[in-house]
Amino acid sequence: MTSPAVRESIRVCGLDDLEVERGRAALVDDLQVALFRLRDGSVRAVDNLDPFTGAQVIARGIVGTRGDADTVASPLHKQVFDLATGECLDAQGREVVQDGAQSGLRVWPVRVVEGDVFVEVPR
Amino acid sequence: MDDIAPATPEIVVVGAGMVAHRFVESLLSRSDAAMRVTVLGDEGRHPYDRVGLSGFFSGAGPEDLELDRSVFDDDRVELVRDDRVLRLDRAAQTVTTRSRRVLRYDTLVLATGSYAARVAVDGADLPGCFVYRTLDDMQRLQEFVSRRAGMLGRPLRGTVIGGGLLGLEAAGALQGMDVDVTVVQYSDRLMSQQLDAVGASMLRRLLEARGITVRTEARTTRLDPDESGAVTALEFQDGSFLRADVVIFTVGVRPRDELARNGGLRVDPRGGVLIDDRCTTSDQNILAIGEVANYEGRCVGLVAPGYAMAEVAATGLLGGEAAFPGYDDSSKLKLSGVDVASFGDAMATTPDALDVVYADPVAGVYKKLVLSDDAQTLLGGILVGDASAYGALRPLVGARLGADPAAYLLPENGDEPARAALPDEAVVCSCANVSAGRIRSAVHEEGCRDAAAVKVCTKAGATCGSCALMVKKLVGQELVALGQTVSHALCEHFELSRAQLFDAVRVSGLSTFSSIVERFGRGRGCDICKPAIASILSVLVGSHVLDGENATLQDTNDHVMANMQKDGTYSVVPRMPGGEVTPDGLLAIGGIAKDFALYTKITGGQRIDMFGARLEQLPLIWERLVDAGFESGHAYGKSLRTVKSCVGSTWCRYGVLDSVGMAVRLELRYRGLRAPHKLKLGVSGCARECAEARGKDVGVIATETGWNMYVGGNGGFAPKHAQLLASDLDDDGLIRAIDRFFMYYIRTADRLQRTAPWLDELEGGLDTLRSVIFDDALGICRDLDEAMAQHVDRYEDEWAATLRDPEKLARFRSFVNAADTPDPSLAYVAERGQIRPATAAEKRGGVLIAGTALEVRR
Ligand code: SRM
Ligand SMILES: Cc1cc2nc3c(=O)[nH]c(=O)nc-3n(C[C@H](O)[C@H](O)[C@H](O)COP(=O)(O)OP(=O)(O)OC[C@H]3O[C@@H](n4cnc5c(N)ncnc54)[C@H](O)[C@@H]3O)c2cc1C
Ligand code: SF4
Ligand code: FES
Repeated sequence: MTSPAVRESIRVCGLDDLEVERGRAALVDDLQVALFRLRDGSVRAVDNLDPFTGAQVIARGIVGTRGDADTVASPLHKQVFDLATGECLDAQGREVVQDGAQSGLRVWPVRVVEGDVFVEVPR
Repeated sequence: MDDIAPATPEIVVVGAGMVAHRFVESLLSRSDAAMRVTVLGDEGRHPYDRVGLSGFFSGAGPEDLELDRSVFDDDRVELVRDDRVLRLDRAAQTVTTRSRRVLRYDTLVLATGSYAARVAVDGADLPGCFVYRTLDDMQRLQEFVSRRAGMLGRPLRGTVIGGGLLGLEAAGALQGMDVDVTVVQYSDRLMSQQLDAVGASMLRRLLEARGITVRTEARTTRLDPDESGAVTALEFQDGSFLRADVVIFTVGVRPRDELARNGGLRVDPRGGVLIDDRCTTSDQNILAIGEVANYEGRCVGLVAPGYAMAEVAATGLLGGEAAFPGYDDSSKLKLSGVDVASFGDAMATTPDALDVVYADPVAGVYKKLVLSDDAQTLLGGILVGDASAYGALRPLVGARLGADPAAYLLPENGDEPARAALPDEAVVCSCANVSAGRIRSAVHEEGCRDAAAVKVCTKAGATCGSCALMVKKLVGQELVALGQTVSHALCEHFELSRAQLFDAVRVSGLSTFSSIVERFGRGRGCDICKPAIASILSVLVGSHVLDGENATLQDTNDHVMANMQKDGTYSVVPRMPGGEVTPDGLLAIGGIAKDFALYTKITGGQRIDMFGARLEQLPLIWERLVDAGFESGHAYGKSLRTVKSCVGSTWCRYGVLDSVGMAVRLELRYRGLRAPHKLKLGVSGCARECAEARGKDVGVIATETGWNMYVGGNGGFAPKHAQLLASDLDDDGLIRAIDRFFMYYIRTADRLQRTAPWLDELEGGLDTLRSVIFDDALGICRDLDEAMAQHVDRYEDEWAATLRDPEKLARFRSFVNAADTPDPSLAYVAERGQIRPATAAEKRGGVLIAGTALEVRR
């Protein structure tokens, strides 16, 4: 039985702790979140877990664009993910490793309030 | 509802093995038509890679072996596991399973594979006797060996009965579990189906050298138990005994054709469901594919013919035309260190066939080509001890060789056939088994316009990446053939090639990514153009990899100046110029590796690698390394790696010049130099060439009259010997020539193009290169010299610089909100006295012996 998901907005860092177009990982209980600050000042949060390898590395990928979408490429095998939707845009011909896992990343809502970054995650 | 036509066709597949999996994949991926496919499997598992089963003993867990699961994501297919089909009723067109499920079919596909046979003697079922067929077999075998070894308190003795392909593979698996192995073969030679007598005796010697005992002409008559009831010895027909604590039978397979037999289908008296070249059985509604099928009187225990049948069956069901071309018996032994392959008409059964043989008994190499009577057409062959030519030769079976056949057997020319226009059947990507023809059709028929599209379409290049350049080249050739221009665009953000971009940046004097992409490109870049521009800026501007915006351009490896490993930790490689290291240096490294619990190994580049360092540990580790006098080895960069050297004239009785001294000088000169791909050098003290310098981008070999300089060598996927560029150079002349060679390459090469393919494509080849470097034909020598002088001037150890800069150090915090907390998902297992990352199964199974809680001291 799963308990109803309770979501909570948690302060993970200051906006200044994030560098433009370079990710950082944050730890919220057991969940690892990859944070990305974009050129326009907005912040995106997705899973840090790379579904193609099972390693917690997404925050360490290269940020870029595909068409109009902001993206991150996994540092291990270069799968490209849309930072706004989490969708995998280029699986590089590979398969996800986990049973029944999605090839995309979960996206977590982020708010920046007076220079602090809040991520809304289940607790 | 009954009379609503047409009803959705019901396809029932019996057996959920490799061939069934391929059949379903092929059927569903090629058509959107409505159908219902039910796959009934006896094993309680998702279909897995039986061919790769031995990988289980080198750590591949059950889920690593699983075949692509997404095939069953399609709504039209259902996979039922753990439910054997017991009965076939052809009149009613139904099958009945063990769980009493009754399924009606329009088409039934039998893909039930084979049973592994045992020898019918007393004791063949004793505890400790195994067959080698399923994942369950592997698990039981492994459990038994570890339990029994514990019980007996000594390494086990094991016997494999049956010395064919599978038996030798099983022998390797036993050996991997520390079992002392004997292979027992009934006939007079090993792998008797694939090898002739000479090849088999060469193989025997290779096995014996690997510590495997071989007994031929030995017929087992009985197996005896010890007092615990488990097997303890074998008895042979000649009365002799052999002790054995574990026995594996690999004496062949028997088709699982009982459903067909009981259902009244035509079967071969020796086993197997008879099929025609459409894979249809004697009942129009029933197909048989894979090992259970008997075509022209034979069943073959190889997966490739089974896959071919799966494709034929799927094509037929979709209304297409396809016929099974007959068996290809080519096979290659999968036993590490023992290279054996045979293909085509290996035994020369074709009338008047000719043999061309090359044998080197000392090296343990035997190669035979079987040719048509006019010595022009390749019919088959045997390769023992060196099967490197297998991939190139196998596709040529039936083709005219067009060259002296002997040339194909000599080591140097082993890959020549691959270089000629590749035949369509040639396998380009061995990981995904994709042929040149398949790639061509992806370009011509499926509209793929670059290697990336081909990768998505065919999976070529998706696994190990070794074939990527070959795929790219092939795609390029096909596009040219189509009259299309091959795009040299770096990626979607830049229309320019890397060489054009290099010039654009140089001439414009721009020094940030943002300004470059604004002026010459579009968007915000990606994982292709950002590292490429970082590399260009590093040569032209030369600032620290982590300075300002530079940092955001780097691949993770450059970004944290270490190489990311599969679990997200890093490896650390300090520079050891020329492979030289002091005892104190070794002690320092040993101390660091011990304190941080790092796995250590000597690399192929004459230095030491330490694995398993976490992001937040990297600065702590480097603080200690820098204190001990080490600097970055740039193992992470597309930059100079190592200069390999032999000991040379200072110690060696043959050395004519100081190769270590020169290697150290070169390594210190070019350390940190960023390039389109990595750069490696080698320096040998005499023509004996112990440093393998001719396998490097630049090879330097000492002669009585000075240094010989070779360029364009390559190991890796397409090995190539470096070619002589200049002879008898003095120290300074050598260095000037290398300076210019490197700088010219750095300016003009494509992204990720090493010197060997670059030189291949350089118009005029070596002659052009000589005229640029020595005669200044392009008038750029001064530029090149200055660029290198600038590099040497500006060099600074990246790690030392990083440690001095708190802002750069901030990047090494594991979490932005928990700076020193280790990644909690990391887990390790102890192996041979060190750690290695746990597999997914080990993580789930909780058998971890060491975790992130390993004691770590500063
Ligand atoms: C560590 C090492 C294996 C070892 O344990 O011995 C190694 C490890 C890797 N090699 Fe290597 N190679 C190592 C020596 C070699 C050698 C032998 C040599 O240098 O004499 C070769 C063949 C020689 C050559 O390069 O021509 C070699 C040919 C490759 C290739 C194929 C390159 C090619 O041109 O085809 C790759 C793939 C690539 O670079 O694209 C590769 C890629 C890699 C990568 C980077 C794969 C990866 O992406 O993770 C591995 C990184 C290891 C790490 O994290 O530190 N490695 N690799 C060796 C490090 C040497 C060193 O001290 O720096
Ligand atoms: C260790 C090992 C290494 C090998 N190496 C190679 C190699 O290097 N190269 C190569 O070409 N081949 C190799 N092979 C052979 C290759 O694995 C087989 O040729 C291939 O798996 C045959 O596929 P298949 O689908 O016909 O049979 P299988 O893969 O055996 O699948 C048949 C499946 O049907 C199930 N089944 C049977 N009867 C029923 C029933 N009545 N109801 C429901 N389910 C049923 C079985 O449980 C089984 O899972 C190797 C085999 C082994 C064991
Ligand atoms: S070290 Fe080299 S050869 Fe070994 S697995 Fe890695 S890339 Fe392949
Ligand atoms: S050979 Fe193509 S990916 Fe390995």
